[in-house]
Amino acid sequence: MAERLLTFSIFRYNPNTPEIKPYMQEYRLGEMPGMTLFVALNKIREEQDPSLMFDFVCRAAICGSCAMLVNGKPRLACKTLTKDLPPRITLFPLPVFKLIGDLSVDTGTWFRHMSLKTEAWIHTTREFDPQAREERMDNETALKIYEAERCIECGCCIAGCATANIREDFIGAAGINRVARFMVDPRDERSPQEYFEVVGTEEGTFGCVGLMACEDNCPMGLPLQMQLAYVRRKMAAAGLAARPQTRAG
Amino acid sequence: MSVYQTHTTDVLVIGAGLAGERTAIEAAAYGLGVIILSLVPPRRSHSTAAQGGMQASLGNCAMGYGDNPDIHFEDTVKGSDWGCDQDVARLFANTAPIAVRQMAYWGVPWNRVVAGRKTLPDGREIEDLKEYEGLITARDFGGTAKWRTCYTSDGTGHTLQYTMDSIVIKMGITVHDRMEAIALIHDGENCYGAVARCLRTGQLHAYLARSTVIATGGYGRLYGVSTNAVINEGSGMFLALETGVVPLGNMEAVQFHPTGMVPVGILITEGARGDGGYLLDKNLHRFMPDYEPKKKELASRDVVSRRMIQHIRKGYGVESKWGPHLWLDIRHLGRKHIYTNLREIANICKNFAGIDPARDLIPVRPTQHYSMGGVRTNIDGHAYGLKGLFAVGEAACWDLHGFNRLGGNSLAETIVAGMVVGKKVAEYTLGAALDCPLKLVDEHVKRQENRINDLISGRMGNENVYELRKQMEDTLMEYVGIFRNGPDLQKAVDKLQELYRRSLKLGLRSSGKYANPELASALRLPGMIRLALCIAYGALNRTESRGSHAREDYPYRDDANWLKRTLAYWPPGAELPILKYEPVKITELPPGDRGYGESSAANAAKPETAHDKEGNNG
Repeated sequence: MAERLLTFSIFRYNPNTPEIKPYMQEYRLGEMPGMTLFVALNKIREEQDPSLMFDFVCRAAICGSCAMLVNGKPRLACKTLTKDLPPRITLFPLPVFKLIGDLSVDTGTWFRHMSLKTEAWIHTTREFDPQAREERMDNETALKIYEAERCIECGCCIAGCATANIREDFIGAAGINRVARFMVDPRDERSPQEYFEVVGTEEGTFGCVGLMACEDNCPMGLPLQMQLAYVRRKMAAAGLAARPQTRAG
Repeated sequence: MSVYQTHTTDVLVIGAGLAGERTAIEAAAYGLGVIILSLVPPRRSHSTAAQGGMQASLGNCAMGYGDNPDIHFEDTVKGSDWGCDQDVARLFANTAPIAVRQMAYWGVPWNRVVAGRKTLPDGREIEDLKEYEGLITARDFGGTAKWRTCYTSDGTGHTLQYTMDSIVIKMGITVHDRMEAIALIHDGENCYGAVARCLRTGQLHAYLARSTVIATGGYGRLYGVSTNAVINEGSGMFLALETGVVPLGNMEAVQFHPTGMVPVGILITEGARGDGGYLLDKNLHRFMPDYEPKKKELASRDVVSRRMIQHIRKGYGVESKWGPHLWLDIRHLGRKHIYTNLREIANICKNFAGIDPARDLIPVRPTQHYSMGGVRTNIDGHAYGLKGLFAVGEAACWDLHGFNRLGGNSLAETIVAGMVVGKKVAEYTLGAALDCPLKLVDEHVKRQENRINDLISGRMGNENVYELRKQMEDTLMEYVGIFRNGPDLQKAVDKLQELYRRSLKLGLRSSGKYANPELASALRLPGMIRLALCIAYGALNRTESRGSHAREDYPYRDDANWLKRTLAYWPPGAELPILKYEPVKITELPPGDRGYGESSAANAAKPETAHDKEGNNG
């Protein structure tokens, strides 16, 4: 197989030096068998430009660090094989998130804020008793929770979301999925009404305009639209249930 | 006077994986102020990548009936090849069930017992009883007498880390992510915190604390092929080593995981073998029963890794352009099982090798995986040599794992040690004053500033960080791998010393300003090579085979001379570590036969271990 010469056109900008305007820089690299963008970007940094900023941690599609726009689409760079791409590859950082530099964005701050906003932890009045045996749960329920828990917070769904791109307070598919994870968990004692306070708004589940890019872009294949529908249905019911009370009050 | 930001807190935790976060939670529960520093957002930590599970002797599943902390303790000591601290192993085994249950209380969706009869892949019939239904179940892992490894499908690390981090967020614990500790602040007696560099702006920060906890994980990335994340560069260990007064314990004990996928080195969890996967050679022969008739693929990791290499050396490896490998076969587990219980494996196979494990064989080879060695601490997690410095998790040599860690004991250690050490940190901190002379802080920051300026200006030389790093990785892979011998280890030491001298003359090719990644690598490299030297030099001097440390020229375990732990110190200006030794603490289980592995057969003929029969109850 003839080795292809790949051209990478990469977005360059460092917010610490705003006097240097954003620009695209080109790098050329011979393709190798089994080459992923992880391998390619590291080769470029080590052999051509040690200042190039990008993020990888696990390089195995587990940690969610390396999402970026690859030829316009949000993807995990670590599991993107160059053989599936044309010889000219354009790389941009994810939109929505704050830029750290070049291809590196601050997803950590965004996701921590989302966790705080949705109170993404088990709410329970029970105390932990170290001497007692664990509470029982049927395995189907455990698997159902895990299904909703599989999000790796890479940000691909947020980056591809029309609403998230125009309103910065939108919690996006990842946020709604996070809420769904706690809704299906019997250990969480929050009532639908309490959830309504958290996500029954335009910033939450009613902000979605239904373009479905989130699900198309999810590298974990999570059923994000189904989760949205699930949460939205519950919130609509909670909203309706709340109305008579509001009138009476 | 340098320009830097100062932060003051009660407890400074360096590292936001499971061990760091669990320690932070415990300390914060005592009302102490805690700041966690992390290279990456906490949920990106390498703990997240753990697929297989966490050992705790709950005894809920059919193959776990009768399990208890005593058996878990015995398995752990045998697994360690009697290299562990038995007080620590006992404390650990007793606490693990509480840790697992607390994680369930906090939200981990552990897989649960489903009652009914089942047929195992090997044909055995088992029955899970109704009375245990809904309790936390477990799977089989190497080196354990009972099924004890609790799991959430194959995303155990992910669910544990996300749940742990949710508690950190709930408690409002401060996390400074993209913040890298680059030196400890100390006066040779007390530790007062750390100098850190912001990976967003490049700015220096001084963190002053009454106690400092190193929880930075392992050093897998010293090796060219490792299952570890790219952030696992051993930073906490070399920060401690650089103080000159804190020793690292047992750095020569390096674990290889039997099933790293070829060529990328991504881990295929032991859960695959635990659930019934086999290893095959080039003739599609299942060879492990030939070597280990009793435990087969589920002997401990050191044993399986060595058997694989032995088999490859006999010519049974599958030739490939990346060298010979073997096959992992899970096809017989069925598509449904693979795509539910082992789904992450299926994804990894698809994404990184383009294969479907329900239909295809997986190419595997033993790959660097875990560091048993680390910052030597006592049972409280307090580091030797400096008051107010603690270490926990893989970064520490606590010493739970001795010369070989059992699968499922690392996740368990992060959380159990976090609970235990976190409490001790809190007690220490409540009784400690923060009386750090600011002049000392200034000096420490200044020193780092000078290092950075030297690198940027190229004043010390123009050695290339990536080239030296590559040579270090290759040296460890080639000469300090699964099988070791004197001449090769000597070669490694010589080469690493040369690289170390050159690493003091690095010069950057880029500006080094702000969040510059080349500067970050250059700041780490000399420390990484020091760790590499501790590994190679410790291995050269340990003239026996124990656990993961296998010397071809000294094939037997030598309890008469080597029932002791290596302590590696790095005095200021040294070019080699100074090695000292301390005895291993044996309390309950005297040295004996592990019941698997090469030494198992050999021991019978070895006079010095013949009297150790009472330890042999495997």
